[in-house]
Amino acid sequence: MNIVVCVKYVPDATADRQFESDNTVDRVGVDGLLSELDEYAVEQALQLREKREGEDIEITALCVGPEKAVDAIRKALQMGADKGVHVVDDAIAGSDSVATSLVLAKAREKIGAEKKVDLVMTGMASTDASMSVIPAMLAERLELPQVTFASVVESQGEVFRVRRDGDTATEIVEGRLPMVLSVTDQTGEARYPSFKGIMAAKKKPLETWALSDIGVEADQVGLSASWTAVEGTEARPPRTQGEIVTDEDGSGATALVDFLASKKFI
Amino acid sequence: MPATRVLPTDEAAELLRLVRQIVREQLAPRAAEAEETASFPREVFTLLGEADLLGLPYPEAQGGGGQPYEVYLQVLEEIGSAWSSVGVGTSVHALSCFALANYGTPEQQERWLPEMLGGSLLGAYCLSEAHAGSDPAAMRTKAVRDGDDYVLTGAKAWVTHGGEADFYTVMARTSDPSSSGPKGGGISCFLVPADAEGLSADAAERKMGLMGSTTATMRFDGVRVPAERRIGEEGQGLRIALAALDSGRLGIAAVATGLAQGALDAALAYAREREAFGKRIIDHQGLGFVLADAEAAVQTARAMTLHAARLKDAGLPFSREASIAKLVATDNAMKVTTDAVQVLGGYGYTRDFPVERYMREAKVMQIFEGTNQIQRMIIARSLDKGADAGSDAEIRAYGD
Repeated sequence: MNIVVCVKYVPDATADRQFESDNTVDRVGVDGLLSELDEYAVEQALQLREKREGEDIEITALCVGPEKAVDAIRKALQMGADKGVHVVDDAIAGSDSVATSLVLAKAREKIGAEKKVDLVMTGMASTDASMSVIPAMLAERLELPQVTFASVVESQGEVFRVRRDGDTATEIVEGRLPMVLSVTDQTGEARYPSFKGIMAAKKKPLETWALSDIGVEADQVGLSASWTAVEGTEARPPRTQGEIVTDEDGSGATALVDFLASKKFI
Repeated sequence: MPATRVLPTDEAAELLRLVRQIVREQLAPRAAEAEETASFPREVFTLLGEADLLGLPYPEAQGGGGQPYEVYLQVLEEIGSAWSSVGVGTSVHALSCFALANYGTPEQQERWLPEMLGGSLLGAYCLSEAHAGSDPAAMRTKAVRDGDDYVLTGAKAWVTHGGEADFYTVMARTSDPSSSGPKGGGISCFLVPADAEGLSADAAERKMGLMGSTTATMRFDGVRVPAERRIGEEGQGLRIALAALDSGRLGIAAVATGLAQGALDAALAYAREREAFGKRIIDHQGLGFVLADAEAAVQTARAMTLHAARLKDAGLPFSREASIAKLVATDNAMKVTTDAVQVLGGYGYTRDFPVERYMREAKVMQIFEGTNQIQRMIIARSLDKGADAGSDAEIRAYGD
């Protein structure tokens, strides 16, 4: 089985995030890492291989992003993916989900031209833009069925059965390869790379492709080709000081209840 | 404040980054509760094993990480800075693999070493006895040859991971001390699996600190051990044990350095926040100097430990330096952790802050793996011997 896991390089959520002058996320001047939500996808791909021992399962980590984004691929390789493909091209900067899904789909087609791809896996969303639409767009572009937001993944042969937890109901959805599968953060903690995994990753194949390698024109992507653009950004206001209730005359409890009621907690 | 580290290779730097992440995300959040409830964190050792952190100083061909001591000890220090029990356990595991890795036959190594170094099994080291700690040659546990087996009878005290380990590296007497010539002769080394019949653990010791590290007496009640599980020659056991301890001391020096660093970090954070007489207490010279001395003590311990490690890595004698490192690092850890309690004042004396625990943990480090009095004895003897030899000390470049 040939699995492609899409991994995104995102700004470290614990550090300050910055925006460029065109309101796109600054991905170059800040520390970044493999999106935590995509780690779950890598983990599920690795578990799939472990569960289906004896089958020839190859896992490719695919990333679209600036040069530094290779770190996201490297992390996936350290965790256990077999090879990496990095699509990097200045023209891609500022691409929205629609444009990014085009690049991913074309890269996936090029990977598939060498060896048929059975499964495309993604996280449930990115931790920066949080659009959560790439899996659906990829499925549309690749003309594949999509099974999204899986919290439990089981498979037998070409049939995949997943649990999909909604607000009001839990669905069991079945799909057949080839397909696009996105997994949630409920699928199980991602493993740490092992020291030997870190060493082995240095020797794993990692290809770097430009847009021209995957047959995408520069004017099909980037900020100017995007259907959506961020008009402005505003930092979240600093936290305001809490309200202190002093119980001097026995009215403290009432004041507390009033406060909770005013915030609709009770 | 994590230490600035200069590492010999890129892979070592990546290793230390991985260790820091695991320490920060997995060890630090669990330490206080496990120590409070005296719970042995087997799952943490499983995690360290999966990350290939339990066999670091052993050759890759044997299933280890192929790292020099200079790197391995910095890993131990990082672990020790968040959780001494796990640092000590990691060091003891490495110690328990030492005999097989250095004195075993290729067949023995091929058979048992990969899973010991691979981290799926946890080891323990049985040398001390109730009446014989500093003087292991006085041990009484016997191993009597019976056909293809040895039969082990006796009790081993202060066994770290006693009752929790998967294998025990055991020193036992194969011949009577009086008939064996040199002192310490007649002792042999055995690799005993935890499920061997007749092997049992007493109730765990009720210790002052390191509650997350189980310490127990192991009883050998006619335990049959196949002769193929004897490591090294008959009578070679004490030499193996003492060689292992030279390396083990470096491990403890590193953990003690980490412990002191952890205590200093806690004291520093408090001293920068807490105010008295209208300014932060770090700005009062009396407290500032305490912290400065603590920093000097931590850096001294680290430098000495890494110096000894580099001698070992270069294949030079390092026994004296290992003893100095153990002595300096553990005495410094005792001082720094005690001062950390002082910096936090009344809060430092409560169990709501970690520094009182650090202070209790530091005490045992002056005692185990050779008391600090024994370290001084080793240093004095080696000075005496070195003066006789009269040769120039070596000057050697890296890689020579």
